[in-house]
Amino acid sequence: MTITKETDVSRLYGWEHPDKMRAYRLEHKSFAKKDKVTTLQDAVSRGVKQGDYIVFGGMGSVRNPIAAVHEVIRQKIGDLTIGTKGSQHDWQLLAAAGNITKAEVSYGFADEVRGLARPARSAVESGRLKVLSETTNAGFQWRFTAAMKGLSFYPTRSSLGTDTLQYSGSKTIIDPFTNEQVELLPACYPDVAVIHVHRADRYGNCQIDGNVAEDIEIAHAAKFVLVTAEEIVHDEVIQNDPALTKIPYFVVDAVVETPYGSHPNQAPGLYSFDEDHWQVWLDASLTDENVEAYLEEYVYGSDDHYAYLEKIGGLRTLRQLEKIEKKLAPYPKVAKRRG
Amino acid sequence: MATDIEKMIIAASRILPEEAAVYVGTGMPLLASVLALNTHAPDLLLVYEGGGVGGKPTGRLPIQVSESLTYENGVTVGSMDYVMSLAQAGWIQYGFLGGAQIDQYGNLNTTVIGDWDQPKVRLPGSGGGADIASLCEKTIILMHQDKRKFVGKLDFLTSPGYLSGPGEREKVGLPVNTGPYRVVTQIGVYGFDDKTKQMTLLHLFEGFTLKDVQENSSFPIAIAEDWNYLSPPTAAELEALQSLDPDGVVLA
Repeated sequence: MTITKETDVSRLYGWEHPDKMRAYRLEHKSFAKKDKVTTLQDAVSRGVKQGDYIVFGGMGSVRNPIAAVHEVIRQKIGDLTIGTKGSQHDWQLLAAAGNITKAEVSYGFADEVRGLARPARSAVESGRLKVLSETTNAGFQWRFTAAMKGLSFYPTRSSLGTDTLQYSGSKTIIDPFTNEQVELLPACYPDVAVIHVHRADRYGNCQIDGNVAEDIEIAHAAKFVLVTAEEIVHDEVIQNDPALTKIPYFVVDAVVETPYGSHPNQAPGLYSFDEDHWQVWLDASLTDENVEAYLEEYVYGSDDHYAYLEKIGGLRTLRQLEKIEKKLAPYPKVAKRRG
Repeated sequence: MATDIEKMIIAASRILPEEAAVYVGTGMPLLASVLALNTHAPDLLLVYEGGGVGGKPTGRLPIQVSESLTYENGVTVGSMDYVMSLAQAGWIQYGFLGGAQIDQYGNLNTTVIGDWDQPKVRLPGSGGGADIASLCEKTIILMHQDKRKFVGKLDFLTSPGYLSGPGEREKVGLPVNTGPYRVVTQIGVYGFDDKTKQMTLLHLFEGFTLKDVQENSSFPIAIAEDWNYLSPPTAAELEALQSLDPDGVVLA
């Protein structure tokens, strides 16, 4: 097969030979129904290692494992590489705290209508954070799809002719059926995926309400899968309707019950964005000093996730966010970057 | 009096047909699409990158493409894979894009200003932009027009327009019959000439002249022979638009 275009500026990150991953799964994953419930401290220290390639579940600032992100910051696990697959608040906190030094980027330096995100941008512009490659939202999705399917690549017609493709690690070949060019996206196997779900049982079977983003694929692609769940439910809840299980237990390595684990972001159907807290963060994000003060107050200054929840207003705030999501309370003013 | 942003959203909304699927992002594209949905396009199907299909949100508009409101009163909710596959398979006719820089062929930069290795300004990246630009039949670009944004050469080609001219999209393997359809700025609405694939003025907003078109672009812009002035936003359009964003999240 003729490779018509291969760039020298971008290299492969996260790619493995599919046979190597078959062997990895054989050795490290198990079908035994083991109770995998543990603490966030333990799950993060076992699952996230210095220098790892990490990805987070959910998309944008919706259903992200923010509690786990805080714990990575608290444990000062550094030199991480991240895949920013339409990512926002999760990785921006880590970039702000200095845990991330490298990134493969599809979307990663803004918060949609809230505006551009300063900490991650200034980290790149000052050279503290190196962008390894560019891709697209579909590109990242299909890199994980290839990994889930046990293939070394996934073909697409997206982005042909762009600089995005030149910097993506993809290869362009002649499609043997159409005799036209097609892009091959390299499979991506992260070292660790952290995924926040609505419900899980103690073995790691997960239910997700609403959109699943790329979570099924990243759960099957990553070497270590850490699930934080709003609620650990009885085995029967899962068994009663297996069609609702989006991630099966045998791909999962650790399960942590983490109520309000996506705060200040949304968990669809459960609680809304915390606009007041978002404004606190966006205001803090404007200077390095204030970012440091934010992290001191809310992350380093909270022993664990439950202490954090008290700091952001405790049950009164959380119940209000539930009411907003259920439309029992009006939506507050949307937080935006000021200045 | 409508603001520039209001004029642009209303003009974009009018481009959308009665029945079609449209890929939307939050902000101006969403306002244009929901305005169309609520006025002349009841069968417009809104598709979001997060997986939401056909949502008709109430109370407020989504601020994130993956939030629960994107599929409220909707058709289905899937995954990034599902909605991107819909686009690649030709189900989604329209898509919205924006950018920090655009060139005469409608190629867009949303990645960096300056060198990629050591950028002066790091921008969000492609996100779904290059996918929408590659895979949707007709894309509508919403952006402010000035000489810094309408450039002779992009710092980085994030999302494909007509690349370097006629036939280039097909040559590199992009799906046939796709590409930029309209560019809406505060000055007017542009299309792309069938033969040259270069940006061409179709309509001006009231208060602007042909001179403004060229004075706010670093590349030459052709003028369509039958160019005309857009009819100004009606009171009904303005009211419908403002009611969608009472807090001014996008409009203010």
